[in-house]
Amino acid sequence: MSPSIEQLEQMVADLLAEARKLGASAADAAVSRSAGLSLTVRMGETETIEHTRDQGLGITVFFGQRKGAASTTDLSPAAIREAVSKACTIAKNTSEDDCTGLADAALMAKDYPDLDLHHPWPISPDEAMQTALQAEQAARDLDPRISNSEGATLSTQSGSFIYGNSHGFVGGYPTSHHTLSCVVLSEDGDCMQRDYWYDTRRDWRKLATPESIGRQAAQRALAKLHGRQLGTRQAPVIFRADIAPGLLRGLTGAIRGHAQYRQASFLLDSLGEQIFPDWVEIREDPLIPQGLSSAPFDNEGVATRPKSLIGNGRLETYILDSYSARKLNMQTTGNAGGVRNLSIDSGSMGLDKMLQEMGSGLLVTELMGQGLNPVTGDYSRGAAGFWVENGEIQYPVEEITIAGNMKEMFRQLVAVGNDDDIPGSVRTGSWWIENMTIAGS
Amino acid sequence: MSNTLTLARETLLSPAGITDHHLQQVMDKLISSQVDAADLYFQYSRLESWVLDDGIIKEGNFNLEQGAGLRAISGEKTGFAYTEELNLENLLEAADSARAISRAGQSGSIAIAGRGGLQPLYPARNPLESLPDASKIELMKQLDAEARAADPRVKQVTISLVAAHDTILVMDNEGNLAADVRPLVRCSVNVIVEQNGRREQANAGGGSRTDLHYFVEEQRGLGYAREAVRQALVNLEAVDTPAGAMTVVLGPGWPGILLHEAVGHGLEGDFNRKGLSAFSNRIGEQVASPLCTIVDDGALPKRRGSLTIDDEGTPGQNTVLIENGILKGYMQDKFNARLMGMQTTGNGRRESYAHLPLPRMTNTYMLPGEQDPGEILGSVKNGLYAVNFAGGQVDITSGKFVFSLSEAYLIEDGKITAPVKGATLIGNGPEVLTRVSMVGNDLQLDPGVGTCGKDGQSVPVGVGQPTLKVDEITVGGTAL
Repeated sequence: MSPSIEQLEQMVADLLAEARKLGASAADAAVSRSAGLSLTVRMGETETIEHTRDQGLGITVFFGQRKGAASTTDLSPAAIREAVSKACTIAKNTSEDDCTGLADAALMAKDYPDLDLHHPWPISPDEAMQTALQAEQAARDLDPRISNSEGATLSTQSGSFIYGNSHGFVGGYPTSHHTLSCVVLSEDGDCMQRDYWYDTRRDWRKLATPESIGRQAAQRALAKLHGRQLGTRQAPVIFRADIAPGLLRGLTGAIRGHAQYRQASFLLDSLGEQIFPDWVEIREDPLIPQGLSSAPFDNEGVATRPKSLIGNGRLETYILDSYSARKLNMQTTGNAGGVRNLSIDSGSMGLDKMLQEMGSGLLVTELMGQGLNPVTGDYSRGAAGFWVENGEIQYPVEEITIAGNMKEMFRQLVAVGNDDDIPGSVRTGSWWIENMTIAGS
Repeated sequence: MSNTLTLARETLLSPAGITDHHLQQVMDKLISSQVDAADLYFQYSRLESWVLDDGIIKEGNFNLEQGAGLRAISGEKTGFAYTEELNLENLLEAADSARAISRAGQSGSIAIAGRGGLQPLYPARNPLESLPDASKIELMKQLDAEARAADPRVKQVTISLVAAHDTILVMDNEGNLAADVRPLVRCSVNVIVEQNGRREQANAGGGSRTDLHYFVEEQRGLGYAREAVRQALVNLEAVDTPAGAMTVVLGPGWPGILLHEAVGHGLEGDFNRKGLSAFSNRIGEQVASPLCTIVDDGALPKRRGSLTIDDEGTPGQNTVLIENGILKGYMQDKFNARLMGMQTTGNGRRESYAHLPLPRMTNTYMLPGEQDPGEILGSVKNGLYAVNFAGGQVDITSGKFVFSLSEAYLIEDGKITAPVKGATLIGNGPEVLTRVSMVGNDLQLDPGVGTCGKDGQSVPVGVGQPTLKVDEITVGGTAL
């Protein structure tokens, strides 16, 4: 059913040939196909069964220093011809841009490693239903106050992609992705709360058990019952590990080449500068076997490599693709398409120990809204969590905001926990920030 | 409408050689004695986007999407499959997958009938071809020049211009065929300004279900450029926002995002059928001050959230959600309406053929009240005047919602004074509208920039409201 890697390679080769025929001086193209199943159960019954089958193709053409791009989900020869021809028409209308073009040929990935990203799950809809039911049932069985459910969803995808460009680079590989999630409601008196938990893996055998996912969803929903507002104040704040990846994304957004050359970053021209306390080490490792964001080459075919972003608290590199690198007179860092598998080194404390050390303050477990101004670093978000006194959780809090400036927050990082066993591609423990403004009643 | 249907057939079915007989065959395969409802949804979309950045036309993108989604419903169960290759074999295979929720059965053949008579709310012509490429480029360059000429402190300008053309055709299990051809254009301007080492940014833009001339007419595009510069310069003077609960006056138009987050999502049929919403089982109750009447109206001509028909073939309509503070009704698609014993309200929407329809908002707004906006501001001793927002989010179960200020001012003794920095406002949906104490006579709809996300599906929406005074809401500033 799924086309072979060879067939996808042929499509990419045909696309590049078509672009050349239409006069493009350079081009790159990517083709992908995947298939999967997404099944949701709710209140003990199957709710939806979705059979997914996705395909797509994208091409970028260069006419000298002008560029055009097109994509299509229709892979018929007529649609492909239309897409390539449209990309060429667009390239005739865009401006000459010194910095545009493919990445340098010398940087293309050669003999890239197999990162073990493909573990298709031969699961039938019936088996998927049973697995999802186990998760939901475990949540509903945990406590009578788990009164309702938004359901449990098992989703599994498997597919392949090929990227090629007119340097002669062709690369690609199959990948898979499996997720099990559960969302339940707790109810007590007139208070109703909702929370979720999930796991997501390349290899379905590594997924957390359905029971543990369901139980954790239920525990989280129960813990939120009868939240109160806090009075407006300043206090230390701990971001629990599962929401801490958002802080790392604040960092990577600000050190992307695009934000730097547009001067739209709160960490402008900060290469080599002290951003964090000197014990902070932040890395990217795109080559982790089975890593959720792993990739042996980036979206331009450039070999990826592990690197330190923050060493001794200082910024060691920007995050660059070939375009932003040329804009800044630098070399691409193999980050076309983004950052892959970020991590921050853990400290020695678990979350409980951190709460004790903090004494009194706010443990934030949920954030709402966007709330980061990328140019100034001003940060203000809706929040919920727990008020902590004498090192212990006192009661849940909700309908509050936390605010500060991300630059300051980074400098005021007191500790990172070792509670870094969180799902997803980012590895981090909880972050303790010295002081933020909390707004409430 | 029959014209639209012909157009949709020619776009979607004829090139793939799909006949009415084929549609019958596919539907026969999809339905069985245990299936309560089923539909076939065909879609063909083209989208073109251009980006001007750093003074040059940096990017252009063309995107073509087509496919068919097949849905079978049995009780509360839904089976769904889709295919990107439009031919009989793939459609039959998808039908087989989608109906796996029920055992195979036999059903009689249906008669296919086109539904007609509806006046389209927007023109069918393709907005991608409404201006020559050279004129699109010229328009963007004019906006760039306008923004840069507006003030020497402007350091960076980014302009995006997007045109989309979407043709859909939907057939239900009774053989009713309905079609829609939907244009959508959007233009936005982002500027970064700098003064004495301080940098700030701002966005402005607009859009409509029409073609690209919209941005040339009435100098709308140039207006966005001037507006983005104005907002960015205001931000250069902004002081720290106060933290804590205070009186907030919301300006007219786009601040209607309050309604979208605070009550809109909580009134979508699916959440209420399942008892997940803070508004579940509350029809007939007072949920807002008697000054508030809120509607969802998909039938406004050319608005970004409007739909001649929704993605289930139901005509767009005006639905009263809250009338004089009393909760009147929910927004429904066919599936949830049937299970709740209600009528669909034309709110069945899907991002594409590859997504299931859900009850979604169209254009959600509050009707005007009596008060002069100046009187409303004059009544506030100390508070915040919020005129522009960046976006929002809601937890429909707890009712907690946020929305982010992008332009706001202090109100002191009834006068607008210093601008303040962006900050998040947080409130409780079922409570916040009970605290509305004044409603202005100046209803405005937003400029046409809203996109709403739910269950991973994005759809264009509109919001609107008159000037509103909310007696207390928590403002997430830094100044104590």
